[in-house]
Amino acid sequence: MKSRRNTELVLLVFAWALGILGTLQVGWATGEGTPPRLWITISAVALIALVMHVVVRVRAKYADPIMLPVGTLLTILGLIMIYRLDVADARRAELNNAPLPTPDVYSQLTWFAIAGILFCGVFILLRDHRRLQRYTFTFGLIGLVLMVLPLAPVIGTTVNGATLWIRVGDFSFQPAEMAKILLTIFFAGYLVKTRDSLALVRTKVLGIGLPRPKDLGPIVIAWFISLGVLIFQRDLGTSVLFFGLFVSMLYIATQRRSWLIIGFFLFLGGAYFAYANFGHVQARVTVWLDPWSYADTTGYQIVQSIYGLANGGILGAGLGQGFPNLVPFASTDFIVAALGEELGVTGIFVILLLYAILIERGLRTAITCRDGFGQLLAAGLSITFALQVFVIIGGVTGLIPLTGLTTPFLSYGGSSLVANWVILALLLRISDRSRRPDLSKVSPDDAMTQVVPRVNQ
Amino acid sequence: MTRQIRRLSFVFGLLLIALLANVTLIQVINAGDYRSRPGNQRVLLAEYDRERGPILVASDPVARSVETGNTLTYLRNYNNGPLFAPVTGFYSLVYGATGLERTENRILNGKADIFTVDRVQQLVSGRQPVGGAVTTTINAAAQKAAFKGLKGKRGAVVAIEPATGRILASVQMPSFDPNRLSSHDPSDIREYYNELEADPDKPLLNRPIVSLNPPGSTFKVVVASAALASGRFTADSVLPGPKTYQLPNSSKKLRNWTGKECGPEGKITLRQALAISCNTAFAWLGNELGAAAIRDQAEAFGFNSGFEIPLRAATSLFPQDPDAPQTALSAIGQFEVRATALQMAMVAASIGNSGRTMNPYLVQEIRGPDLSILQTTEPSQFEDALKPSNSLSLTEMLVNVVENGTGSNAKIDGVRVAGKTGTAQTGNDSPSVAWFISFAPAAAPKVAVAVVIEESGAAEVSGNGLAAPIAKAVMKAVLGR
Repeated sequence: MKSRRNTELVLLVFAWALGILGTLQVGWATGEGTPPRLWITISAVALIALVMHVVVRVRAKYADPIMLPVGTLLTILGLIMIYRLDVADARRAELNNAPLPTPDVYSQLTWFAIAGILFCGVFILLRDHRRLQRYTFTFGLIGLVLMVLPLAPVIGTTVNGATLWIRVGDFSFQPAEMAKILLTIFFAGYLVKTRDSLALVRTKVLGIGLPRPKDLGPIVIAWFISLGVLIFQRDLGTSVLFFGLFVSMLYIATQRRSWLIIGFFLFLGGAYFAYANFGHVQARVTVWLDPWSYADTTGYQIVQSIYGLANGGILGAGLGQGFPNLVPFASTDFIVAALGEELGVTGIFVILLLYAILIERGLRTAITCRDGFGQLLAAGLSITFALQVFVIIGGVTGLIPLTGLTTPFLSYGGSSLVANWVILALLLRISDRSRRPDLSKVSPDDAMTQVVPRVNQ
Repeated sequence: MTRQIRRLSFVFGLLLIALLANVTLIQVINAGDYRSRPGNQRVLLAEYDRERGPILVASDPVARSVETGNTLTYLRNYNNGPLFAPVTGFYSLVYGATGLERTENRILNGKADIFTVDRVQQLVSGRQPVGGAVTTTINAAAQKAAFKGLKGKRGAVVAIEPATGRILASVQMPSFDPNRLSSHDPSDIREYYNELEADPDKPLLNRPIVSLNPPGSTFKVVVASAALASGRFTADSVLPGPKTYQLPNSSKKLRNWTGKECGPEGKITLRQALAISCNTAFAWLGNELGAAAIRDQAEAFGFNSGFEIPLRAATSLFPQDPDAPQTALSAIGQFEVRATALQMAMVAASIGNSGRTMNPYLVQEIRGPDLSILQTTEPSQFEDALKPSNSLSLTEMLVNVVENGTGSNAKIDGVRVAGKTGTAQTGNDSPSVAWFISFAPAAAPKVAVAVVIEESGAAEVSGNGLAAPIAKAVMKAVLGR
């Protein structure tokens, strides 16, 4: 198999060039002129992408060539929209004679640099993804601690009703983002060992083999943890993501559909329990069913989001020419609404297809991976992308009730950006191994009968 | 495990399709509905975000967008707002738009189809669309003269170029300041709007084209036209003009303003009856001609038709089936005859234009953002109201009104002016209305005017006293004298 590193480089240059065009368009269309420090920002992005590319070229020569450019392009689109919203915020502050807000784009760029460093760190520190399996339970424990950390006194912080952050001095972080990765590693390591017993069938009901009751332990624990996240941290999105991820991985590992069915009913039960007992869950559902009746109160966000999308139409208002700042949290949860307004349904299709490519390449990596742990890990990491994209974009567009999750790579926010780049690094690490030509299998004796992959002509 | 992963990816594919379908539903299929929802500020913000084209009188903008440097990037500014308010209307964040601001909205905001080429360029360059300009037919001098003349009164003036139907002046009093309704301060807009709504003089009413009043004696011009058209009467035909006219099938009598006979032995020529505005002679004439003939004549001048200039004008009315006494009253512009100032200006203009009634219009040209002319309104004829020979005869009769009759205040040195006064009672206790319609120069008129003054309180209102001087000022302004 060819390494395709040059393909990756060409695609990266393309993503970078698109970034320059988009930034210029924002500047010109909003009347700001050529953005200040344009050369510094585009050089910084180029440098980060180039370093990542070089590290992949050296340390993971056979890694998938598409995923890095796709992740970079999504990050760049996010940076453009964050800059565009900065311009709008500055305008508003000017109008109200308020002090100018600090632009978010530079801090997001800084986080991109940090993400790039961690991305490279994965390749340098981790030569083989199978080494992660040794620390299965350590990662599981750290993951759990990270998840409950925001509940700790002093450092835990509640923002907009959700207790997701820890704050030390000026530095705040959403540990759940990192916990997501550690728990995926834990699930993969744990399931690859226990899948045989979890796959044992005791009884058959309606043609579906049900597992032994004593094997129900893990899924019940996962279910309780999800509910705990929901109840104590009021974070609907992470709760759904966590549970959906676990059930999907359980299904892949055991190859038993019954786990999906059990998971589905547990989800329904949990959802009903949450709906019946928690006002914030009820509120989300009520607004989802009829946002228009709450257009000025709890439904304001979603209604503004829909207005924005409608304003965008097919081709979009054009970068810098819509009113994406009318949607609260436009740069974080609602960045897709902002992009949809200015780039239109065309832009949203492109973004969704970029995610689809990313997830498809991730799942392909899982399928071609030669070890069970790697397969499960690659599948699990891809599934986190898929679930996250569906839950947040579905929420923002009113397809499902709104839950607070970040949009991978696009949303403003350091923890999320860094975590997603680490996930991408792990996927690339695994894909390097699965795409690498396995020369050891070819023994000199039967070289004549071996099917040898065609080499460059 | 491969099969499970494939199955899951199939599920994710379905979720992706659901997302794609949902955004298509929002952004393409239902987008129009969402855009027009009342709570959606984006549409208005977008309107205020682009430079709206100006409304021009000659080459001067009377409405234009000025940059403000805040969220609502542009502010609508009306130069001499109250003067041009009946033409421009307002453009309000709260109350929408009226006047040309409303009817020409798609020109002014640059969204009309004639800008398609520009729009493609804008799409490529990412520039904000800039609106086109609307040049009106208004003559600033005439508009100002009318406004000045109406000061302190309640009424309206419309001036028309007889040969084309171009509206040279459309003025009302009291008026309003569109600047305050088009500001960026919703609470001030509401306050001012409520103030205007509460005003008994109704300044927000577009008086020149929607205010309907009985035309009084000016309607005798229409009856005289019908008389000439019937072929049974000429200017020199002798009519009965007694002190009083016994309304048929009624105990009531109609009398002359003066309370005297119109001529010696109660006889008078048509020419003279028009000159002194003899009620009894025209009441008799009305029944001689019959309601149908008068209605046909009135409709040829534009009565019972709606006009869009492009602002929608109220339909002036001649009653459907008046009986004999009602016909007599209708013939002197009372009963249920109602006319706008625009309609009476059209009557005068048609007579001056050899009997051809032209469709009135207010928009001369549509210009692109670069001021290149994209579209010019061509004059169009509404109907033939009079034979040219009859129009000549009637013109002479109307010149006689000004030179020797009731319309003396409209005389202009060195110009032959044709005109007719009118005074109407809108009801027993209602205010009376003073009218004057005229055109000049009589032989080849450049301007036809209708002045209506709705006077509350004053017992005696005279078309010659109140309205004629205003008509004279407007004609002089157009003729440059």
